[in-house]
Amino acid sequence: MIQGIPLEHFLIVSTIMFFIGICGFIIRRNLITMLMAIELILNSVNINFVVFNRYLYPDQLQGQFFSLFIVGIAAAEASVAIALIINIYRKMQNIEVENVNELKF
Amino acid sequence: MNVFMFYLFSGIILICSLLTITTRRILRAAVYLLCVLLATAGLYFMLNYQFMAAVQLTLYAGGIVVLIIFSILLTHHISHRFKHPNTVNLLMGLGAAVVGSGLVIATLLSHTFQAGTAPELKVDMTEIGTQLLSTGKNGYVLPFELISILLLAAMIAAIVIAKKDKNKNSEI
Repeated sequence: MIQGIPLEHFLIVSTIMFFIGICGFIIRRNLITMLMAIELILNSVNINFVVFNRYLYPDQLQGQFFSLFIVGIAAAEASVAIALIINIYRKMQNIEVENVNELKF
Repeated sequence: MNVFMFYLFSGIILICSLLTITTRRILRAAVYLLCVLLATAGLYFMLNYQFMAAVQLTLYAGGIVVLIIFSILLTHHISHRFKHPNTVNLLMGLGAAVVGSGLVIATLLSHTFQAGTAPELKVDMTEIGTQLLSTGKNGYVLPFELISILLLAAMIAAIVIAKKDKNKNSEI
């Protein structure tokens, strides 16, 4: 626990970051930028897990392991998503979501 | 000192994540995302989770951002600028963000958290490795194995998706 910083300040920071990510996911029309917004969301959730672990249950490590697994899943998700994006660019020369409206292989 | 560093990191996180979604150049968005991830690693160091911070630095800031920058360079011209989002989307996104964050912050400020009184566990690599690979109480060997299968599947899937089709003669 850090002296002088209440738990709520961490939670407020991560909440604002989460909703900035959601806002970016809604207003952007580009696949890579939407992927970046998802990374922001996952990152804010990680902060929440680690902070709850440190402040409320300092004798256990559950929160830290949850964040570790989330980071691993985020890495897998980003690699598959970028493979898909590059393949879409090869077929359509464009990665704006309005133009990717063809579900044909 | 601690308090000052916390507010410095929080300011970097908030400003850079706002810039990530508002900037009109996509490469700058990736660099701002890198700043957010580095500041988050700083927060983990402040909370005394060195291993978590190292994973954040290597996997997120090292791996995912490099992957994103690669794909940006493969799919965009460097001088490309986004056009402004249309007004309905902008209003919807801002509305969702403001209403949602207001609700969540109001809820968590009205709730009182019981701080843990248990003695603080010394987090070192021996402890993390033992818990990650043990099957008893506080053991995490099942998710560990599952995530190894997931990573293998993601690797194979990425190769299968991104490789060229042999049967058709594509121009690129």
